[in-house]
Amino acid sequence: MTELVQEIREIAGHYPDARSAILPALHLAQKRNDGWLPPQALEEVGTALGVTPAYVQSVASFYDMLHLAPVGQHLVEVCTNVSCALVGAQQVVEAFQRELGVRPGETTEDGTVTLKTMECAGGCGWAPVVVVDHRYREPVRAEDVPELVGELRGGG
Amino acid sequence: MASRERVTVVLAGADERDLTKLVEYRKAGGFKSLAKARKMQPPGIIDELLTSGLRGRGGAGFPMGRKASFLAKDTGKPVYLVVNADESEPGDFKDREIMFRVPHRLLEGCLITAHAIGSQNVFIYLRGEYTHEFDVLRAALDELREAKLLGGVTVVIHRGAGAYICGEETALLESLEGKRGQPRSKPPFPAVQGLYASPTLINNVETIATVPAIVERGGAWYASLGVENSAGTRVFSLSGNVVNGGNYELELGTSLYELIYRIGGGIPEGRKLKAVIPGGSSVPVLTAGEIQYPLDFDSMAEAGTMLGSGAVIVIDDRCCMVQLGLRVAQFYQHESCGKCTPCREGTRWMVQLLRAIEDGRAEHSELDLLLDVCDRILGKCLCPLGDAAAMPVASYVTKFAEEYRQHIDEGGCPFGGESSLQGVIAPIDQHTLTPVAVIPA
Repeated sequence: MTELVQEIREIAGHYPDARSAILPALHLAQKRNDGWLPPQALEEVGTALGVTPAYVQSVASFYDMLHLAPVGQHLVEVCTNVSCALVGAQQVVEAFQRELGVRPGETTEDGTVTLKTMECAGGCGWAPVVVVDHRYREPVRAEDVPELVGELRGGG
Repeated sequence: MASRERVTVVLAGADERDLTKLVEYRKAGGFKSLAKARKMQPPGIIDELLTSGLRGRGGAGFPMGRKASFLAKDTGKPVYLVVNADESEPGDFKDREIMFRVPHRLLEGCLITAHAIGSQNVFIYLRGEYTHEFDVLRAALDELREAKLLGGVTVVIHRGAGAYICGEETALLESLEGKRGQPRSKPPFPAVQGLYASPTLINNVETIATVPAIVERGGAWYASLGVENSAGTRVFSLSGNVVNGGNYELELGTSLYELIYRIGGGIPEGRKLKAVIPGGSSVPVLTAGEIQYPLDFDSMAEAGTMLGSGAVIVIDDRCCMVQLGLRVAQFYQHESCGKCTPCREGTRWMVQLLRAIEDGRAEHSELDLLLDVCDRILGKCLCPLGDAAAMPVASYVTKFAEEYRQHIDEGGCPFGGESSLQGVIAPIDQHTLTPVAVIPA
């Protein structure tokens, strides 16, 4: 039994039905696999919870935070829903595009940063919201972007 | 209108103390309500909730006491309390602030409510993106465990993984059971067959965080706040083109004008107010001329819209209303779970039609077609997600008809690239921007 399978079974113990642990299990598997879910991780989650890998994939593919393809070392998500967009989110996206040389949905060639736009992050009154490696930065203006990208590149 | 004295219930004391710490929350009177509640008979607590007039703060506004009283009795199955902390409504960020500032009040509300409904199992379904709030809640829960305040109740903080639909109660239950988050047909309602087919009470974070104050000061006191049919306070999320965006706890019945101008500081740089979305992106829009309406359930209904989740989005005159419709429709297309055809296909059609109008490729008849598509979604699906796309977009087309017609007459956007929403890249656009998503002809 792999370490991941063991850890997932422990989490499953908090639920009346082991299958309920599938999202925490997938979050953990993703953390252990450079931010995405390779086929082998889906298998491990399935083994731990007693469901098939196909079932695990059907669940994983439903949720935006779960990645079925590799992502960069850092994940930059810019909220472009209405409240953020009204106060300059697109200018923030464009600043990231310029600094990183990629479009939303793409990863830099060196594999450092994946750029995405996201739906309402829930920081509307402190907009524009950028989420870097799952931590909120509020607000981020277009002029703040070069420093932020430098931080990500510098920190590796 | 005279300014009211500000009464706070949910966020009370959070400006003065760091209420994320148990010791501070106790200094502010925390957990006295729990001690009081545990000495009360459960039906007595439900009576106080009924008297309080507290209505659900997630969007639907159903009276909490009534919902709790619907729970199936003596089924031989466990009773579950599920807290809906999957806040994802565009414009809404109140539950997040409640969780990162007064986590103990939410947890106290959970324990009181669990006692009131005879539940030993509480699940807090937390939006996956809210990682900081997860840390704060978990630390608060650890403090309660150490202080032996849980009283045998198990509280599990369950992280979602990014799906707006999981804020819909039955989709949330499916997700919590380890499935794709697709809504169930109702009946059976969760009160009868909810989590693991057992009686389940589901309430929003703000609703549950209001419970300690009702137990402490009585339902009648709470009912004295606010206005008829809309008792108490609400934490309004104010955002968009406004000077002081943020969350403000106000008595229900406060006018939109007061929120936007007196509290929010008005529109920046002296620009003109164009429109207000009063209850999250799912509700019909109000024009600048309609902000005298008070923010309460009945007044919003009278204005032809809804109080929803209390998310007020302020829009100034630089915003193209076709682009607004497009961005809102793109959101719902992206978030549609795909289970019901009218929503899955309808939101897609809405986006295509709005794109054609914006680009100046549409005929006048396509405005009617757009409204017709909205009508063919409305009320025809298992859950309200499709309605949440159809209602606001239909309201933009109707209330800003001249601007929509102008796009068609002038063969393009009259804002000439200067709208505040110009060129916004929605997540759904990403699928077409990324090479892997290119579908071969």
